[in-house]
Amino acid sequence: MISVKNLTKKFDGFTAVDNISFEVKEGEIFAFLGPNGAGKSTTIKMLTTLLKPTSGEMDLNGHDPVRESDEARRSFGIVFQDPSLDDDLTAYENMEFHGVLYDVPDKLRKERIEYLLKFVELWERRDNLVKEFSGGMKRRLEIARGLLHHPKIFFLDEPTLGLDPQTRNALWAHLRELNKNEKTTIFFSTHYMEEAERIADRIAVIDHGKIIASGTADDLKKQTNTNSLEDAFLALTGKSIREETVGSMDHFRAMHRMHTNNKR
Amino acid sequence: MKKIYILWLRQIKRYLRSKSRIVGSLAQPLLFLLAMGYGFGSVYQKAGEGNYLNFLAPGIIGMSILFTSVFSGMEVIWDRQFGFLKETLVAPMSRLSIMIGRTLGGATVATLQGVIVMFIAMLFGFHPVSWLMIIPAILIMFLVSLLFTSLGTMIASLLDDMQGFQLIMNFLVMPLFFLSGALFPLDGLPAALAIIAQIDPLSYGIDALRALLIGAGHYGLTMDFIVLGAVTVLFWSLGSYFFRKIQI
Repeated sequence: MISVKNLTKKFDGFTAVDNISFEVKEGEIFAFLGPNGAGKSTTIKMLTTLLKPTSGEMDLNGHDPVRESDEARRSFGIVFQDPSLDDDLTAYENMEFHGVLYDVPDKLRKERIEYLLKFVELWERRDNLVKEFSGGMKRRLEIARGLLHHPKIFFLDEPTLGLDPQTRNALWAHLRELNKNEKTTIFFSTHYMEEAERIADRIAVIDHGKIIASGTADDLKKQTNTNSLEDAFLALTGKSIREETVGSMDHFRAMHRMHTNNKR
Repeated sequence: MKKIYILWLRQIKRYLRSKSRIVGSLAQPLLFLLAMGYGFGSVYQKAGEGNYLNFLAPGIIGMSILFTSVFSGMEVIWDRQFGFLKETLVAPMSRLSIMIGRTLGGATVATLQGVIVMFIAMLFGFHPVSWLMIIPAILIMFLVSLLFTSLGTMIASLLDDMQGFQLIMNFLVMPLFFLSGALFPLDGLPAALAIIAQIDPLSYGIDALRALLIGAGHYGLTMDFIVLGAVTVLFWSLGSYFFRKIQI
């Protein structure tokens, strides 16, 4: 369903993703792990047509994201690391917007929006502006939105970051149900090791732009002679703390969050 | 087509919902109309030029269109910072359609703003020579809006964050406004200023509005229309070109 061969991305001399290859089968739940700045988000951005790779080949559901970007785009849904909703629109309008952009016919769109908003328990709040929503509600809405066009592949970039255990559990329950009923392939990145261990069929660990290990959680533990995935992860990637380069955009977002939090 | 419509609709909804933005963006034109319109009125009259408020109103309409459209175009930066741009960029549609939808939405909002300012100016004593001319005047307003929304989108595609915004306001938008003949007649200007006004596209927009609304143009309507059309096509193409290049 997803196939990546010798994928590389360079930014002015710095290699963010270095010649990686992997495959994800249909209906599989695949976890992509790595320390900050390891190349997870860059890989997801390339797969989802937001970034052009420097070299290498990709295939999503039989389509090349670079050359057949529109066909590839129809094949996947995505929940980004940062919120990507329009705060000044209502939950329903955000869904409607997505449905129109993905050519979901009117009648079907109405039915699916109702079904999905009920599925993530936001139907009662459909006419509320998104800016009134909590972080968890926004995440749920993003998941519902990403599923509106019935994608074959669902990308989630650190979907549970900053959510409480209740919301996290509910989210994964939804996603597993989807994976079981619709055979949707799920590709996610996370920093929570127990989450990867519990949910994923297979795991790949990326560090410094290279995939350094892959297999089931048990495989990784065996390979490193450890008892938990967290220990296996640390054995593979070392204990030094990574500094993520902070762009001005992150500063801006952080500032904005501070301001909005202060207002509340 | 439907995709372009929903992109357009999104911007209209956002505009109508931000009451503070509407009120805020009307305060400045109002101040200009009151302070300058009444303040310079008697001097202008004594110079034998007639009613200054009537002369000024098209200039202030042009000003509010300029500010609103550049700002609408630059909302791309906003969407980029708050993530919504990604949602449109991963959707199965061409970057060109995204650009069309955004620009039309921004231009509609700016035109609306211009029309509101026109009616407010009427409350203060502005009277067009003929009510019929309001319709072509609104068309000109839309053309000017399209021109500057494209310019705003172009700038926004090249900037990473809002920090450059102040710079753009002070070194581009303000000069565009002050040197356009919004506040003074273009006849009998010192040569240097006349040339600068000639390369400022806003001059032609305001000149066309004056020709239609108060029957006193400088460059002539045909010239105004040709220049506005050509510059709009140019900025729009450049805007689409740079917008296509955005990578996140």
